[in-house]
Amino acid sequence: MFPRIPMLNYDVVVIGGGPAGMAAAIRAKELGLKVLLLDENDYLGGILPQCIHPGFGLHYFREELTGPEFASRLAKRLVELGVQYKTASRVLEITNYSDLEKVVIFTSPSGAYQAWTKAIIYTAGARERHAFEIGIIGDRVSGIYTAGEAQTLMDIYGILPGKDVVIVGSGDVGLIMARRFALEGAKVKAVIELMPYPGGLARNVMILRDFNIPLYLSHKVVEVRGKGRVERVKVMKVDENLREIPGSEFWIDADTLVVSAGLVPSVKKLKRIGVEIDPSTGGPVVNDRLETNVPGIFVAGNSLLINDLVDYVAEQGELAAEGAREFIENGGIESRKWVKVEKGENVRLLAPHYLSGDKDVYLYLRVAKPMENAELRIPEVGKEIKLPVVKPAEMLRLSLKAEEIKKAGETLTVEVVKV
Amino acid sequence: MIYRFTCIVCPLGCSIEVEVDDGEVKEVRGCTCPRGKEWAVQEVTNPKRVVISVVRVDGGALPTVSVKTAEPIPKEKIPELMSYLAKIKLKAPIKIGEVVAEWKGIKIVATRGA
Ligand SMILES: Cc1cc2nc3c(=O)[nH]c(=O)nc-3n(C[C@H](O)[C@H](O)[C@H](O)COP(=O)(O)OP(=O)(O)OC[C@H]3O[C@@H](n4cnc5c(N)ncnc54)[C@H](O)[C@@H]3O)c2cc1C
Ligand code: SF4
Repeated sequence: MFPRIPMLNYDVVVIGGGPAGMAAAIRAKELGLKVLLLDENDYLGGILPQCIHPGFGLHYFREELTGPEFASRLAKRLVELGVQYKTASRVLEITNYSDLEKVVIFTSPSGAYQAWTKAIIYTAGARERHAFEIGIIGDRVSGIYTAGEAQTLMDIYGILPGKDVVIVGSGDVGLIMARRFALEGAKVKAVIELMPYPGGLARNVMILRDFNIPLYLSHKVVEVRGKGRVERVKVMKVDENLREIPGSEFWIDADTLVVSAGLVPSVKKLKRIGVEIDPSTGGPVVNDRLETNVPGIFVAGNSLLINDLVDYVAEQGELAAEGAREFIENGGIESRKWVKVEKGENVRLLAPHYLSGDKDVYLYLRVAKPMENAELRIPEVGKEIKLPVVKPAEMLRLSLKAEEIKKAGETLTVEVVKV
Repeated sequence: MIYRFTCIVCPLGCSIEVEVDDGEVKEVRGCTCPRGKEWAVQEVTNPKRVVISVVRVDGGALPTVSVKTAEPIPKEKIPELMSYLAKIKLKAPIKIGEVVAEWKGIKIVATRGA
């Protein structure tokens, strides 16, 4: 079929060498599988090498590390175990011939390859939303970056993208970039947030106070003007339905606009082979092995759902590897009556979507609205957990025991309500 | 004067209130452990931060290494440290965890290799 492309053979091919992929490859190797890890970058670690701030690993390594340090710990383990990996290797296509026959086509500096494999763990991360996706119009100018692009320029290449900066989005990424710009001597003129509350973790919101950076809540950037380079941006206030309020506009002079408007799981290659996508997470619908509806295709990390903690990303990678082992040993994940997890009140998204009841699981979920004195409830199994504060920015991780899941019938509803 | 923070020492994120009168801490409310209390008091009296940045490097795979201070430094000293870091230039090879410079007794540690 591909006569001139060399053939390789594996139990598992892991696509994407960020923390999810590295943790998956490590676990797969520990479980005795023949594994290949592929990444298109020249280095392993995904986005971690450019996330130079501390805040990684408190759960996974029980100490606080920077992004590059977290990545290098995983890389060390990977090398110790002799996991086979290829960098500068971009996966072009996945084909699913049968349950235990899949092909991953990739290019690398030594040419194109086709890797035949029984299972695939897909950990290609997420992509950033661009300015045009959030309705910013205006001149075609330089000086507009996504947060990740600005971060790569500053923290990998040592280039300051601009001097007078407006940041769109007060999520962790936007706030962390505000600090980096301020530390490097740029003036952060404003952080503009559409919602009426800041998007990031408390410790990152503190950055604004540290550097006296104004935060405009319930505002949006609507237009960018300049000749060749950004010169000014137009900001408007929005009402409670997020509609622009006429007459509320004002301009901020700036040479740089940094857009941190969220991430979207990169799942194009999965969609092409018929993987079902959950519109609320943007990632695949999965069971408690993190297996998609296409047997033997597993997914973890930001390709599954957008995570704020790398610790959970690594945990998902390990879980997917364990799923892959079970799949290969038994020639498939046994079909059974799955318990469907439903989103109840104030739950915006959750994963996994189907539970077997034969193992303990973690449910990852986000609320739709911030709430104080909340309670997380699963009425079908009588579970109630008090939560002093919940915020959309902070993913919740709920542990469920197999016995609890067995108590549910066909569905299990997770809701977060005020008490 | 009452300062309100979300404790950032551990992921529990307790809401802490510190009551200060005439520069003196009167009461700390809301923390559920001594580490949080200690942090909150320091935050109003002598706030400190671990500083992270990148430093130029010659001859490595990437043109910079990321660095951090080995310990938190007083907040008001940060601009001075940053201008020092902007001036220095290192030579590869650099190992992760290596002390690459020292500024006023504060060790600057590489968090990425080069
Ligand atoms: C700015 C920022 C700050 C953050 N701060 C924190 C923090 O303080 N603490 C914390 O715990 N977490 C933090 N996170 C979250 C954490 O870093 C991410 O959740 C985590 O890195 C996601 O890991 P991943 O492996 O799913 O994806 P990624 O790290 O994105 O890795 C995906 C990899 O897949 C590769 N890839 C994609 N497509 C292909 C292809 N076709 N072929 C080959 N390779 C491919 C990419 O090159 C990339 O290396 C932060 C995230 C960001 C963006
Ligand atoms: S007060 Fe203690 S328990 Fe609460 S967040 Fe701070 S360190 Fe954690």
